[in-house]
Amino acid sequence: MAGVRRRAFVLWLGTAIALVALVIASLAIGAVPIAPGGVLQALGGTGDALAVTIVRDLRLPRVALAMLVGCALGGSGAALQGTLRNALAEPYLLGVSGGAAVGAVLAMTIGITGAASVPLLAFAGAIAAVLLVLALARAAGGARDPRMLLMAGVIIGAFANAVILILLADVAPERVRGAMWWMAGSLTDASWLRVGWLAVYVLVGLGLLVTRGRLLDVLALGDESAAALGADVAGTTRQVFLISALLAAASVAAAGLIGFVGLVVPNIVRAFGVVRHRALIVSSAAGGAVLLLFADLLARTVRAPVELPIGAITALIGVPVFLARLGRIR
Amino acid sequence: MTAGVPLRFDHVTLGYRRDAAPVVIDASIVAPPGGITAIVGPNGSGKSSLVRGVLGLMPERTGHILAGDTPLTPTATLANSRLVAVMPQRESLAFPMRVADYVALGRSPFLGLWDAATPTDHALVQDAMQRADVVAFADRRTDELSGGEWQRVRLARALAQDTPVLLLDEPTTFLDIAHEMATFETLSREAQRGRTVVLVSHTLTLVARFADQIVLMHAGRVAASGTPREVMQGAILEAVYGWPLVVSHDPAVGAPTLVPLRRPR
Repeated sequence: MAGVRRRAFVLWLGTAIALVALVIASLAIGAVPIAPGGVLQALGGTGDALAVTIVRDLRLPRVALAMLVGCALGGSGAALQGTLRNALAEPYLLGVSGGAAVGAVLAMTIGITGAASVPLLAFAGAIAAVLLVLALARAAGGARDPRMLLMAGVIIGAFANAVILILLADVAPERVRGAMWWMAGSLTDASWLRVGWLAVYVLVGLGLLVTRGRLLDVLALGDESAAALGADVAGTTRQVFLISALLAAASVAAAGLIGFVGLVVPNIVRAFGVVRHRALIVSSAAGGAVLLLFADLLARTVRAPVELPIGAITALIGVPVFLARLGRIR
Repeated sequence: MTAGVPLRFDHVTLGYRRDAAPVVIDASIVAPPGGITAIVGPNGSGKSSLVRGVLGLMPERTGHILAGDTPLTPTATLANSRLVAVMPQRESLAFPMRVADYVALGRSPFLGLWDAATPTDHALVQDAMQRADVVAFADRRTDELSGGEWQRVRLARALAQDTPVLLLDEPTTFLDIAHEMATFETLSREAQRGRTVVLVSHTLTLVARFADQIVLMHAGRVAASGTPREVMQGAILEAVYGWPLVVSHDPAVGAPTLVPLRRPR
């Protein structure tokens, strides 16, 4: 037990240190570099007036957005992996994010831009994707067969991409680049209003997932044992899918399509011996925040002043992890 | 300690599909509290389907399954899991976990979404681990256990549920002689303490020594039931298993012993 506790402690300490370091670095690094000491001063509202504006009005909302999106993706990935009993599940690979993106793009093309209303349309899209994925997997012979679900998810994701391209055909050329950019994930559009709404969705969603933690532990034992322990397998699976869809939708509406965070982070957390889902979901949310801050820092600095799409960065990090995990499953 | 209630199958027919033949046909079984009821029979005779029926996992079902006076309906899984602790035949964890954490999941039927485990829950978990003799590896991971250790850990989880009825599907597979005997002694103690113990088993000779009642299944039906002496008869078993055998009575053992014969060339 000491070993397990110590490893979990190392994970939590490392996450906390990385979070603080990355937040300060994200606030300091940019077109106008600010020294770490200046960052702390600016956060307090004192010191150079320009630095205060840059840190508090420009960089801080972006940092908050990155952390919230990371929390949503990491937490929902951990919960989806538990319900599907599969370490490869996550909202992006299951097509949930793709469905949300269809909803969000649809909202944009018909002129809905509200920070509260776009997530709702994205949510509708995500739900539609979940239902389609489940129906497709069932038709192929197994709604609980993780392989069928992943296949169906990838197919629905491709389908969603096609729908988005068709929706964008009508859009004015100068807006297409913006939309395409957003499809690859971007945190450029951070405002406190958007951050505030996302915070509401993410806190509610993660809270609901954490309350299902013990049920997810039981579900991970398999259908027979879950039934033996009184779990409503179908009902819990449905609830977790819906809550995860909500989280994915909120993050897609705020920052576009960012994949693989929900895949990478829970697998790393589990490697530290954190397996029970309450702790796993919370740790994965925190780890998701770390990964997204890190990816955003890379996106902003690697080819500065050019900003790379953050979804591409997370995919570059995520694909090797996916392949390593795939090898172990066989 | 929870007192036992009878587990009753009342004219139960179970099947996987409406258009396919049922796998359990009109089975009526009463397992009384304070004793061990063993369900035996050849492969495919419907034993495990009875267990899945209790779990509400058989799509086609007629008749009644009751714990005491409470019907175990397929939709009331939570209420059922507070009356009957089931140890399914197979179980593979998607993500390995610490043994003590796994056994503690046996308390989950009694905990709401917002509840934390109480001292009573912890005490029941500790007690269950002692009775199943798994305390020594409470801190190991489930994927680091031998087949026999895993079986005992699973038994500990069922014991931690602390229900009136224990229903175990082949609890002694993968166990060596000592652990097999120890498991039966444990179950025997649970029965003496008033619980209803029902187990599915292939080891007839051992079952004959520990069970108070044996139910012999054949092709989905109850072919015979009664005390070990009543059911363990050469003619009955030979017909059901389709293999020549003798049943001997060794006074040192005190229970009928089954010996399958070599087929003459």
